[in-house]
Amino acid sequence: MPIPSEARRISDTVWELPRSYKEGMLVPARIYASEKLMREMDAGVFDQVTNVACLPGILNYAFCMPDGHWGYGFPIGGVAAMDPEEGVISPGGIGFDINCGMRLVLTNLTLEEVQPRLHTLVDQLFYRVPAGVGSHGFVKLSHDEFCSVAEQGSRWCLQNGYAWPEDLERTEEGGCFAGADVSKVSVRAIDRGYNQIGTLGSGNHYLEIQVARPENIFDAETARAFGITLPNQIVIMFHCGSRGFGHQVATDYLQTFLGVMERKYGIRVLDRELACAPFRSREGQDYFAAMKCAVNMAFANRQVILHRIREVFSNVFHRDPRDLGMEMVYDVAHNTAKLERHRVGGKLREVLVHRKGSTRAFGPGMEGLPECYRKTGQPVIIGGSMETGSYLLAGLESGAETFYSTAHGSGRTMSRHQAKKQFRGEKLQRDMEARGIYVRSVSWGGLAEEAGPAYKDIDDVVEATELAGLSKRVVRLTPIGNVKG
Amino acid sequence: MPYRYLDDIAIADVAFEAWGKTLEEMFSAAADALMNVMVADLGSIRQDEKVAFSLENAELDLLLFNFLNELIYFKDARRLLLRIEALTIERDDSGNFTLQGRAGGEVLDPDRHSQLVDVKAVTLHRFRVEETPQGWEATVVLDI
Repeated sequence: MPIPSEARRISDTVWELPRSYKEGMLVPARIYASEKLMREMDAGVFDQVTNVACLPGILNYAFCMPDGHWGYGFPIGGVAAMDPEEGVISPGGIGFDINCGMRLVLTNLTLEEVQPRLHTLVDQLFYRVPAGVGSHGFVKLSHDEFCSVAEQGSRWCLQNGYAWPEDLERTEEGGCFAGADVSKVSVRAIDRGYNQIGTLGSGNHYLEIQVARPENIFDAETARAFGITLPNQIVIMFHCGSRGFGHQVATDYLQTFLGVMERKYGIRVLDRELACAPFRSREGQDYFAAMKCAVNMAFANRQVILHRIREVFSNVFHRDPRDLGMEMVYDVAHNTAKLERHRVGGKLREVLVHRKGSTRAFGPGMEGLPECYRKTGQPVIIGGSMETGSYLLAGLESGAETFYSTAHGSGRTMSRHQAKKQFRGEKLQRDMEARGIYVRSVSWGGLAEEAGPAYKDIDDVVEATELAGLSKRVVRLTPIGNVKG
Repeated sequence: MPYRYLDDIAIADVAFEAWGKTLEEMFSAAADALMNVMVADLGSIRQDEKVAFSLENAELDLLLFNFLNELIYFKDARRLLLRIEALTIERDDSGNFTLQGRAGGEVLDPDRHSQLVDVKAVTLHRFRVEETPQGWEATVVLDI
């Protein structure tokens, strides 16, 4: 897709589409990308980010991150901060997979120690962390118990033996969004999710064993602060969200908002996926309280998965997980809306930040960061394709312009259908193994869809975030084992 | 197959077009298109368990939206893979569209069903139901 002629280049990595680009834009749109990444953006990104710029109450700019691609409603990689008094909340700015996010876990093992047991580890993880279509988990809960999970998130896990106390400190919001109200959630949503805790899901969700090679450490001091201290240290990264529960919460409120948006609130949008309601309206507040339940369910889901991972490593190495140093680095959400305090027009004020396929990246010293990361800035976990690698980054003070938001992954460039035509799952598995990556998947087709060439170059994406001052590189992580959803 | 997958929109997700001579045929085709995103061979689904649907909506396109969401609901809540066996769509006196239907299927069996990818949701992005000279046609983007 050619870069739109209206796009003005603000710097090497910032492009602006002015309000004149589309009728109804209340603010300009800003896309963060190198020239190469900008040229690779699909047409949907420019259309969707400028649709977002038309939403009532949007502040400063509608943003798209360097991994941006065509979504629905917002582009994936879309960020918008709203005035909570005058502005709207939109499920299309959060995504169906509410609190889809990333978690990174340390070990004190090295590549040399893990390599001989890699197949056993991956095979056991594959059996112990269910993935695939509608998969159910091992935690058996009643509807009532599930409601406690939805309101308490990782705190429920701590009370029930699935968490270490320090895990919660190292989870965004302590693993529990305050104000979750399960009375705002439908029974259908609970039906869809109550037996899915501890499951990965599908699509681009995965669980990976990775190595931090010495040559891939960009910032040794910050890496040490994040727990990466050994040469060829093994870490575990995984990506998943709120499963059918969150998907149904979003589906329910999309319909609620469509029913009242124009008739009751006189709001018109350019794509029905941008259905919204004033944040302070009854419907807006109900969705916010329901969304928080899905956020908490996703934190609990990732926490229970971590519990299983610790069990597997402990079984394979016959050592206690604490003895294996299996502490969390951090857990970050990349599909949320949150009330945060940011500086707008020189004044510190409350804003409602929508991040859809974008990671919060608080800079050093910011409130909301655990004590251990106050000096370094927030750890940011960026998942790449299963063939190439992933990154651990850190938030920067200069991230203020995007309300401290950065990329979340590498971003697709090839359709799933096209990838399936071009790659064969069985062959891909063999090829990857020959390159030292052992992968297990419930689906050959699903595996083919996630082939490396279907994604943008992760190195380009994180370099663009660094050049733009949104986050800085700390460590590049290379996959050696992968469980694909 | 009265449906085809589209390569050029919403690349991270799955978009399809489904068609039929009647509304009922088009709805059934859309149901198969949805199920075929998750399971490679629809013929592998035994139609042992029966599920009845009864839906109503003032808008025809939102009726399709709700109908596809029913299938996603059963996939998560009961791990049921379903195919449509009977369907009737009518317009009542107040102008609302009503749908009565029955589906048959079975619980997903990883040994017999070749899984593809899970469908998270039906989106309303570019969602469209249209009458054509040949009958009816829909465009749907699914979140993966």
